[in-house]
Order: sequence, then C-alpha cells, then structure tokens
Amino acid sequence: MKRNVLPGLRLSLGVTLFYVGLIVLLPLAALAVKAASLGPSEYWAIVSSPRSVASYKVTVLAALGATIFNLLFGLALAWVLTRYRFPGRRLVDAMVDLPFALPTAVAGISLTALFSANGWFGSVLAHLGITVAYTPLGIMIAMCFTSLPFIVRTVQPVLEDLDPALEEAAQSLGGSDWTIFRKVILPLLTPALLAGTSLSFARSLGEFGAIIFIAGNQPMSTEITALLIFIRLEEYDYQAAAAIASVLLITAFVMLAITNWMQARALRYTVKG
Amino acid sequence: MNRFLILGTALAALITGPAFAQEPNKLLNASYDIARELFAAENEAFIKVHPGVTIDQSHAGTSKQARAIVEGLEADVVTFNQVTDIDFLVKQGFVSKDWQKDFPNSASPFYSFPSFLVRAGNPKNIKDWNDLVRDDVKVVFPNPKTSGNARYTYLAATAYAREAFGGDEEKVEAFVKKIFDNVPVFDTGGRAATTTFVERQIGDVLITFEAETRGIAKQYGADKVESVIPSVSLLAEFPVAVVDKVAKKHGTETLAKTYLDFLYSEEGQRVAAQFGHRVHDEKVKAEFSKEFPEIRLVKVDDVFGGWDKVQKEHFASGAALDKLYGSR
Repeated sequence: MKRNVLPGLRLSLGVTLFYVGLIVLLPLAALAVKAASLGPSEYWAIVSSPRSVASYKVTVLAALGATIFNLLFGLALAWVLTRYRFPGRRLVDAMVDLPFALPTAVAGISLTALFSANGWFGSVLAHLGITVAYTPLGIMIAMCFTSLPFIVRTVQPVLEDLDPALEEAAQSLGGSDWTIFRKVILPLLTPALLAGTSLSFARSLGEFGAIIFIAGNQPMSTEITALLIFIRLEEYDYQAAAAIASVLLITAFVMLAITNWMQARALRYTVKG
Repeated sequence: MNRFLILGTALAALITGPAFAQEPNKLLNASYDIARELFAAENEAFIKVHPGVTIDQSHAGTSKQARAIVEGLEADVVTFNQVTDIDFLVKQGFVSKDWQKDFPNSASPFYSFPSFLVRAGNPKNIKDWNDLVRDDVKVVFPNPKTSGNARYTYLAATAYAREAFGGDEEKVEAFVKKIFDNVPVFDTGGRAATTTFVERQIGDVLITFEAETRGIAKQYGADKVESVIPSVSLLAEFPVAVVDKVAKKHGTETLAKTYLDFLYSEEGQRVAAQFGHRVHDEKVKAEFSKEFPEIRLVKVDDVFGGWDKVQKEHFASGAALDKLYGSR
C-alpha cells in the first residue's frame, strides 16, 4: 500500500471537501436549482429584459471604474505603506482594513451624508456642477470604498518581500527608476495585482448595502443588479431572483477563472524571466 | 446578510422549538418596518393588562416578513401594512383562508392613507396630487417595488387621476408617469425616504402614511416641515392575523387572539392614535378629533377591484408599474 507523505491526508481532504461542499457549493447549488426550474426561454427572457440589462450595465461599468481607481490608488497606498516610514503609518495601515470590518450599510450612510448636496464634499462639488450622490458616480464611490482593501492587502506582502538586491542590481546596471519599476518590480507584482483586482471587481459586482443608500435606485439608470434581485424577491418571484443572481454568479466565476489563468501565465513568465 | 438572518432564525427556531412549545405565554409579532415604536408602546400597554406575558417584536418590510415566516421565522401573529402579504401566507398554508372575518373591520384595527409633508411655509404651495406633476416640484417617496408604503402612494395617485380624468386611461398613465419622473431618489423603505427628505433636504414634498408625516412633523418641528392633507387619498389598511400554523405549534392560539383583540380595545386604539393612526373606536376618535382633519378616502376594492387584481395589473413583473419605469 502506498503511503502518503502527510499523515491523515485522506481525513483532512475529506473534512475539507465536506466543508467546501456544505458552506460554498450547497447554497450555490440551491440557487442553481431554483433558477433551473425555469425553462430556457423564460430564463433568457428574465435575464435579458431591458431592465436587467440596464442594471448589469450600471453595475459592471461602476465596478470597472471602481476597480481601476483602486488598482492605481491601492498600488500607491501599498507602495507608500511598505517603502516609507512616516508618523502615523501604522494607523493608516490599520485603517485600510476598515472597509472590511465596517458593516457596508454604515459606509453607505456616511458616504451619502458626505456626498449629498448638503454634505461636506457634496456641497463643494455641487458648485462645480458635479453631483455624486444618487448618480452612477455615487455607486462607483461606494464600490471603491468597500473593495479598496483587496488590492492593498494582496500587493503589500509581495512588496514587503521584494528583495532589495534585485533593484540594486538593476540600478548598478544603469536602469532608471521608471525602467526598474516597469521591468523589475511590476512583473513581480503582476500576479498579486491580478488577484487583488479580480477580488475587488467581484466584490464590487455583489455590493449591496453601501450602494442602495447612495444610488438613486432609479430603474434603468441607477439600479444595481443586486437591488433588482432584492426587488424580485419582494415580488415573491424567487425564480426570477435566482435567475438574475445566477448571472452575477457566473460573471464572478468567469472573472475568477480568467484571472487565475492570467496569474498562472504571469507566474510562468516571472519564473522564466 | 438577509439569508444569514433567515438561516439563523430558522436554526434558532429549530433548537428552541420544543422550549417554545412549553411557553404559551410568549408571542412573536412580525410587523412592518416603521411600526417599531407603535408596537413597542402597544406591547407595553398589553402587558400591563396581562402581566407575565412576553411579546417579542420583529420588524422589516412586510413582504420580507411574510417570506421569512414561510422560510422559518416562527411568528405567532402578523401585523402588516398590506393585505397581499397576508394573502401570500394564506396561499402557503400559514394563515386560515377567512382571516379577514376573524377580527372587525376586515381585520384591520387602525388605518391611514398616503399624505404629504412639505417644507415649512409650503414654499411651493403644494396642496393636492395635481401639484405633484408640476415641473418645478420634486417628489420623494420610496420604491414601490420594495415598500408597501410607496405602493399605496402609487395607487392613491392613480385613484386621484382616474377621478380627475374620468377614466381616460391614457391620461391617467401620463399623470402617474409624470409624478414618477419627478422623483429624484427611490429609497428602499419609508424611513430611508424620510431621511432623504428631511436630512438631505432633497425634494419639495414627501409622500408617506399620514401616521408617519405626523410623527416627522412632531419630531422635527413646525419650523422645518409641515403636513398637508390632499383632497382625496386611498385607505391604507393595516391587517392583522394569527399565524395559525405557528400558533398551533406553540400552543399560543388563545393568547394570539387576545393580543390582536387588544388592538381593538379602547386602550389599544388610544396608543395607535397617539402614534398617528386613525382608529375606529368612537370614544378615542372623539378624543383625537382635532388632530385628525376630515379627508375623503377611497378603497382599493372600489377603485381597483380588489388586491388580487391590483397585484396582477399593477405590481407583477412587467405590469403597469414596470411600464412606468421602463419608458424613462
């Protein structure tokens, strides 16, 4: 009989699969079953209705905007936190996790208070002719807030572990700062950035609590997909809710699959390079 | 989050189920969102008369509450703001079919109607429903898809328009659509809409139950807001029922009935009136007559042919209400 190197592998594997099945797969299966009780044409009619499509558009575009913003700002934040020492650094570092710990409804309420026309930011922006609260821009800002930690927290450890010798070597070979960043640091960061980006995007797709306060919730213009699911449930229309939910689920799944694949490629590239 | 809550409640019910069965002096009242304070007061009054009894409260949107009960929330009684949500429980076998005959006034101990709240001094001079279609008026009410409160608003506006246009459906539709186009934000619940109107200073008029407008006016003061009662509105009933299936399991059938009967008693009616609801008890009515000006109320049954029809023609997916949004 072939023996495993790790003792008790079979038992731990069994426990792992059981828990993944119970906690992750079972609820998703229940959702799929609910959605599957619709015929294909009914399913299609629900998920492709103009109102659903409008909600996907708002959600995906806002999530894209938020993710790009977080990618730039999150990278900068991680960079500053790992490369510089300044008073209050630990505090800033701890604050990054706040959006994780905070109930998202709290975020929604405070962001709305800030950005509404009589809020601190909102009143200033109103003079410039920019309205944030109750527009797609507001949705984007709520998404930015709730998904920021994903990018910072995935990039930070990689930056911390980066061997200074690599940069010194590049410097001694005459590389400019920009070249070093582009050719040495960025390739090493890419897998972490990809992972953070995809998590941030997926979180933005599903965000509900923070957004419904700051979005105007106007059908066809500022109604996010998660709210549409909620609305279908309010109508006792479980199947339609499940059908629309399945679209979000599939999108998130495809997103994660693509980034995993890209990550694998990026890793191969770094190992070879 | 909601899923967790339901799952959690279901689990808790599963574990404590047998314990409940031996405690026939404990009730869970599942009610709608903005009735929190009302029922806190009602329960206190009830316990004074029936010492040793515990009444637990659970509040959320009524449709959500109905769904939670079907999914395992063990509520002995429901006090909702929409007949359709109790009808849903009837269909699922939780409430007896003729529940509306179990208590007086179609099982609705008190009532209210969609009414207006405007800024102090009424700067836009908003008096009635036809002012809501003006280009310079912004209207705030929650999303009728997620709020029973706003469904009444939608129906009341439609009822007004039907009278005004003598049944010209095209004009009625255009009228209601114009009101919806004047709404800058659709909050998901009545209280959120109140915040939008009062705290964020958005809109010129808030439409919500009279009971709520009176509460807001009291809380924020006459220098901020004042309530305006339109010429006509729609009777909003607040139906109550014993959840037979759960009450039978808990052995609380008698207590549940006593509790709901209490809402019709003089004391129960007085509490409801204090919280801005209109009541049926003649004595209490006389006491509060100054606070509740006369208004002509029309009924869903008379204007729309009953809740079943309303549900099908207006609120179902793809029905009249969806068309209003879809065209914008």
